[in-house]
Amino acid sequence: MKDNSRRGFMGKAFGAVAGVGAVASLYAMKKSWDPLPSVKAAGFTTLDMSAYKENELVVEKWRGKPIFVLKQSKEMLDTEGENMSKVTGKTTATIDKTRLIKVGDAHYMVTIGLCTHLGCIPGYNPDKKSFLCACHGGMYDDTGMVTKSPPPRGLDIPPFKIKGNTLVLGEEGPEYKKMKETGITL
Amino acid sequence: MAHFTKATSIKDWLNQRLAIEKVEKVMASEYWIPKNINFLWAMGMVLVITFTMLLVSGIFLLMYYQPNVNLAFDSVNYTIMREVDFGWLWRHVHGVAASVVFLIIYIHMFTAIYYGSYKKGREMIWISGMLLFVAFSAEAFSGYMLPWGQMSYWAGMVITNLFSGGSLHADGLVEWIRGDYVPAQAFLNRFFMLHVLLVPLAIIGLIGLHFGALRIPHVNNQDGEEIDFDEESKKYLAGDKAGSKVIRFANDFMSKDMLVVAIYLVFFFYLVFFHYDFAMDPVNFDPANGLKTPTHIYPEWYFLWSYEILRPFSTNIGLMAFAFAQVIFMLLPFLDRSPNTVPASRRGLFKYWFWAMLIDMIVLTAMGKVPPIEPFGTIGFYAALTFIGLWIALPIITMFEKKA
Repeated sequence: MKDNSRRGFMGKAFGAVAGVGAVASLYAMKKSWDPLPSVKAAGFTTLDMSAYKENELVVEKWRGKPIFVLKQSKEMLDTEGENMSKVTGKTTATIDKTRLIKVGDAHYMVTIGLCTHLGCIPGYNPDKKSFLCACHGGMYDDTGMVTKSPPPRGLDIPPFKIKGNTLVLGEEGPEYKKMKETGITL
Repeated sequence: MAHFTKATSIKDWLNQRLAIEKVEKVMASEYWIPKNINFLWAMGMVLVITFTMLLVSGIFLLMYYQPNVNLAFDSVNYTIMREVDFGWLWRHVHGVAASVVFLIIYIHMFTAIYYGSYKKGREMIWISGMLLFVAFSAEAFSGYMLPWGQMSYWAGMVITNLFSGGSLHADGLVEWIRGDYVPAQAFLNRFFMLHVLLVPLAIIGLIGLHFGALRIPHVNNQDGEEIDFDEESKKYLAGDKAGSKVIRFANDFMSKDMLVVAIYLVFFFYLVFFHYDFAMDPVNFDPANGLKTPTHIYPEWYFLWSYEILRPFSTNIGLMAFAFAQVIFMLLPFLDRSPNTVPASRRGLFKYWFWAMLIDMIVLTAMGKVPPIEPFGTIGFYAALTFIGLWIALPIITMFEKKA
């Protein structure tokens, strides 16, 4: 009995030491897999918005991800109402303007160019003014709003800040914060 | 202390210290195998041989492969393929074996399902086998990353994105797995580690468990007959070899096993020398490019059925269906409510269940390969529903099964 309680104590003492050690090493292991500071720090991309042409998709790069920049033509802004989302059943007209970024007098679609389904890069068809993801057949209109599932939402908008005629990606400006609050992007 | 005598031979010396005769008996000459089996029972040995070939070819590839995003592609496609003498041989053996091993695993699995080899004490054999399937899947996926071609990169992107959990939007978890916002150096390095160390260690451990799980219930046979292995082995050792229902594992059963292996190896090396291209996706001969998705992304053939269960649904439902498909085979011994351990052909409705499942998985595999256009989308959708429906039906149809 006496021996048992001594052994029991030793067992508990070992258990306590091993438990602390296990939690501590799991924490270290978790942290070792985190993105490195150099990876995190790399990357504010500045885009000169005056260089883009209407209805011509340009792919920029930010934190290793493709960024779609599509300057809207007058026609694209006018025909917004024709885009019907098959996901929400509503026209995207109401959402359209809110998804675009106004720099100077022009409107731009600036999104992360990865399908919100599983991260493939959708292709742009300038005639149909829509994006098609070849992986699983998802589609988006010319503002990046989803028009055909499986993507659960429109193309994500990267954090941005408008500085004169340029756009800084990675910084959160007031326009971006508003988009986040209203649920335009995640 | 044990008593040691002067050894009369090297064998005796070893025997006193390591009991090698006893080990040989337990592992081979007195490990009993039923006589009433067929060539499908040789798949285990075929898998052992294939795994060995993967290990040996992998060791040689490891000596020249560079786990660096700038060097990986050329170290495989230039150094190993063009500079290293017989480098092409190791690569093609490795690539073909990685593909063929899944074919054999599927045959092994469906043999077990057909003959009910997951029941009556054989549950752990089945579960450890399914864990091996998971480990082999992880090994295949991590290995697929290493040449750092377009398919490597984009498969890595798509599969790691699965961990965001759809609407849960766990991007932090995805970035943690990658060690970066996108698959990059940290990603390649850690999947290299997983492929050459952690997952192979797990596989070797699980193979030990899988074999260990066989010791007590023993190998099943063509009629699911419950054999008294003690009784039958006594009969055999007493000289009644014809009357006994069992034979020695080695050399008796092994000789047949190895004949099947020999036939398999002819087929295997025919593929390695003349048709290795089936295991080498042409798209993966373009270096990884994070700014260009290949027009059509599909996994290797052995993942197509589960990929097709993911594909026809919207994100969240697709992910749930996919998760269901990944774990459901593990639960087979518990979903099959019938006590009958006989071939499917003698099990009433289960016979149709077995063939329906096999055909459905072939249909899913075929639909997973073609682009997501009609009518393939619809066929895939119904095949995915059929898959889920069959598993829901399994406990019901087996509950009402008559005792065979």
